[in-house]
Amino acid sequence: MSIPADLKYTPSHEWVRVEADGTLTVGITHHAQDLLGDMVFIENPATGRSLAKGEECAVVESVKAASDVYAPVAGEVISANADVESSPEAINKDAYSAWMFKLKPANAADVAGLMDAAAYQKLVESEAH
Amino acid sequence: MERKRASLKFLVTVMSNQAASTPAALKHTPLNATHRELSAKMVDFGGWDMPVNYGSQIEEHHVVRTGCGLFDVSHMLPLDIKGANVRAFLKRLVANNVDKLQVSGKALYSCMLNEAGGVIDDLIIYFMDESWFRLVVNAGTAEKDLAWMEKMNADWDMGLTLTPRRDLAMIAIQGPNATQALNHALPGVDSITAHLKPFNAAAMGEMFIARTGYTGEDGYEVMVLAKSAPFFWKALMEAGGKPIGLGARDTLRLEAGMNLYGQDMDETTSPLESGLAWTVDMKTERDFVGRAALEKSEITQQLVGLLLLDKGVLRGHQKVLTKHGEGEITSGTFSPTMQQSIALARIPLGIAPGEEVEVEIRDKKLKAKVVKYPFVRNGKVLI
Repeated sequence: MSIPADLKYTPSHEWVRVEADGTLTVGITHHAQDLLGDMVFIENPATGRSLAKGEECAVVESVKAASDVYAPVAGEVISANADVESSPEAINKDAYSAWMFKLKPANAADVAGLMDAAAYQKLVESEAH
Repeated sequence: MERKRASLKFLVTVMSNQAASTPAALKHTPLNATHRELSAKMVDFGGWDMPVNYGSQIEEHHVVRTGCGLFDVSHMLPLDIKGANVRAFLKRLVANNVDKLQVSGKALYSCMLNEAGGVIDDLIIYFMDESWFRLVVNAGTAEKDLAWMEKMNADWDMGLTLTPRRDLAMIAIQGPNATQALNHALPGVDSITAHLKPFNAAAMGEMFIARTGYTGEDGYEVMVLAKSAPFFWKALMEAGGKPIGLGARDTLRLEAGMNLYGQDMDETTSPLESGLAWTVDMKTERDFVGRAALEKSEITQQLVGLLLLDKGVLRGHQKVLTKHGEGEITSGTFSPTMQQSIALARIPLGIAPGEEVEVEIRDKKLKAKVVKYPFVRNGKVLI
């Protein structure tokens, strides 16, 4: 599956979409879900929680293993996707539409520090060899 | 607080490396090329390059509960023990009593203990004739087991020949449609499958057909010559069998309440505290390795089933809090059949089925109910 060009990425395999109003939608990448396998449990951060960049804020659990999800930038959680919590397999079906939570970034300019699709593609390739 | 959870980055890195590690460094079963043709996700499984799934682990799990699944279990080692003293040897070597085996082809599940009463391995023993028994031992313990058995063979002056059968492949055919698939794939085998009872085996030419498994479903474990394995596998697939990876093998065996060596018991644990007392024969006077230690031991713990009442997933090594003290989960997973998390846990004696305990998961204490396992048998939830 190709890596969407309109999204931003983190080295820890989260994707970030910058919405028109400047808020950020966050999920985990197709590559991450592919390696983790069937998702069975998602724990999202509470709405209103203030996150530091890189803070552990969510958990994804596949049949195989549990793993942390990190805040891509500093900000406040403005919503969490209840649908993905009740149907974690949505992440396996389409990782880029099954978002996990939305952030209001503390500083809009921080998004520029995230990876673009080409850089993320390189990271995935380098980890595979 | 001790961290037991991995970051997504760490897991992705480890799993990518597993997928890309040089296959040459790993041991291959005779079906390795077959798995790759089927686009299996391959992982390093204790030094073996094995399929963890062929797509979705959960779908594979359901196939075995409702249809017919095929597993490559050739990493496990069949071992032939031959000689006049083979029965006497096994009566001393293992904790269950091979005198229960009097009819050719009959199988027995047993632990092999050390002098301290710890479990060296769990294995299946088939009685062929008075000078030939066949054992099947775990992949990860095969070399250790063989060295131990050879030492006992020498120490007790038994004069037996132990032959590891790496020339054989082993395919498990499991699920309600297993008999139908096997009958289609192997013309003539219906004369055997029609009469073969659970936990019995029969030879058919070079093949060895056992009605055994590790899923809680009806099915077979068939040993074939390594060179024939890819053809046999393809015939089974044409007969409706679907390939199943080791991922689903683990969720299936846990639902079936079957112990996994290295997780639910090992050399430091007693079979009597691992839910395996039923496999230890203390009724006869027979002296076997580990018996003296077991007789002196004080049993303080038990292996129980847990059903998570809150949302989350139970995993091995999570702490269990009970009114009689702490215990630990030995195996935990999400049960695809029950759509709920289940586990085996070693907890203090005196906690009965139906009682609630707490499990520490990350920074939370979640509620779980103690239950009698198995959780699932023959496609039906028993809890």
